Amino acid sequence: MRWINKTPGRPFALFLMVLPFVLVLIIYAMGSDARRAANPADKLLPPPSQLVDTAARLVSEPDRRSGEILFWQDTASSLRRLAIGVGLAASLGLVFGLLIGLLPVAHAGLNSFVAVISMVPPLAILPILFIVFGLGELSKVALITIGITPFLIRDLSARTAELPAEQIIKAQTLGASSLAIALRVALPQIMPRLIQAVRLSLGPAWLFLIAAEAIASEDGLGYRIFLVRRYLAMDVILTYVAWITLIAFVLDWCLARLSRRLFPWAEAA
Amino acid sequence: MIRSTVFATLALTLTTFGAVAQEKTEFKVAWSIYVGWMPWGYLEESGIMDKWANKYEIDVEIVQINDYVESIIQYAAGEFDGVTATNMDTLSISSGGGVDTTALIVGDYSNGNDAVILKGEGSLADLAGKPVNLVELSVSHYLLARGLDSVGLAERDLASVINTSDADMIAAYATPDVEAVVTWNPLVSTILEQPGATKVYDSSDIPGEIIDIMWVNTETLAANPNFGKALTGAWYELMALMAAGDEGALTAMAEASGTDLAGYKAQLASTEMFYDPADAVAFTEGEALKTTMVNVAEFLFDKGILGEGAPSADFVGVEYPDGTTTGDSANVMMRYDTTYMQMAADGAL
Repeated sequence: MRWINKTPGRPFALFLMVLPFVLVLIIYAMGSDARRAANPADKLLPPPSQLVDTAARLVSEPDRRSGEILFWQDTASSLRRLAIGVGLAASLGLVFGLLIGLLPVAHAGLNSFVAVISMVPPLAILPILFIVFGLGELSKVALITIGITPFLIRDLSARTAELPAEQIIKAQTLGASSLAIALRVALPQIMPRLIQAVRLSLGPAWLFLIAAEAIASEDGLGYRIFLVRRYLAMDVILTYVAWITLIAFVLDWCLARLSRRLFPWAEAA
Repeated sequence: MIRSTVFATLALTLTTFGAVAQEKTEFKVAWSIYVGWMPWGYLEESGIMDKWANKYEIDVEIVQINDYVESIIQYAAGEFDGVTATNMDTLSISSGGGVDTTALIVGDYSNGNDAVILKGEGSLADLAGKPVNLVELSVSHYLLARGLDSVGLAERDLASVINTSDADMIAAYATPDVEAVVTWNPLVSTILEQPGATKVYDSSDIPGEIIDIMWVNTETLAANPNFGKALTGAWYELMALMAAGDEGALTAMAEASGTDLAGYKAQLASTEMFYDPADAVAFTEGEALKTTMVNVAEFLFDKGILGEGAPSADFVGVEYPDGTTTGDSANVMMRYDTTYMQMAADGAL
């Protein structure tokens, strides 16, 4: 039998799924042990037990100065920035995607512009964003929005343009106006694609969020990581990285569920 | 950046663990751009370092690292045998991280290079209720804390402290919502060129507290005294040139730091360079250093920087040339040693 036809049974598949995680943990624990054997106060690779202690302390102990638990405060600030930035980008992407995909006039006027704009590396214009929008919340949200909106517009306009011409013609013979075609024919078919595109752009969105927080901030997950980097608190950094990974994974999973719930017909594959 | 750090760390761990100090002939030290550390770049470039390394039959490579914090982290990870850093960052990053570290050459202390700058007219007391942009947990933060203390204020009297990368400090100062910054040279001189910028406090108000030092791994130095001799010999040969106003050397250093001879001389004026090794020895043996280190340890502990395992400000022990210690004498990880500077003063290198 060929390898390409071999399917693992359920228990074996589960084992294969867990295996890489366990391997990484074991390699980490071994590296940590070896470093601590040479230097018991080593800060680079804290042992797993210390990571657990640090995580427990981070999520439960209030800060001495402000009295708030920094971990949750950081999480709330970062999620708020992410939600506003991605939400704005998704709205802009949807509106302009539909316009460019449906209206030849909008296509002629904007398509090349968006294609060029999407090539501007957002991190390269960060100093300009700071000067234009200041150092506050606005520039952080703007970086996320500027970073992912061109991608969303390009993806959604391409998908809109791919809608079968027969549908558009049929709707017109039934007397639908341009607005009605956009809202009743194109929009429902583009929505699942929007969710999918947002899922894909969450990775870059996190990148922009953390980059913005690293440069000038007073709270947030990225801020904390770059702050404690100064004194090599790897236990705090690793806890935050694990937490960011978990949040990102859960967000992605929720969007996938939402898409399957709302648009079951789009999930045929 | 974080990812590359984590990866580098993992790679390092897998390749360098179990590295035990032993006799060797090749050494690497790291330095970063700062007025008092520019000589290190010139030592490598001019061949003075090679001359001294050859004399002691070893090989010393002096590597410039663009990111200051990264250079200390790389040193703490065991990639380098020595690093240029301040007394404060060494206490928190390397010594706090369990790397036994010795001050080989006490090069200078900041005497105005670090400053608190207010937009518009005012004094230090006017910072109350204002946001302040600085590199948090750095010597800037320490300077601010000492300054606020001197006018009876505390950090909680400020509107906020906003962590801002030194790379973006000048752009940040140009934005309207920034009202005050704390930073160091050459950024200070650039910001002060802008109309309305007022320097309200600087490190000449706390002379001798922000010290710039070439640190080396204690075990490596103990096993390889020639390494210490070569570095110290090369350094003081150049110090003599600088003290004599050697234009060639000074111009090369000025250009390497992105300014001209006049600009570099202006920065040197706010730096208390120890051109004469005897001065460095006298400073290191002085009682004031102990008070400074206790102050610094308390500041670090207060901000939670001394490390998660640190139960008090005394967590890390610091040893002085006279054999006394501050902090935990059972956990001495930082040592001020005048042996090699004394050799230079005696002309014994």
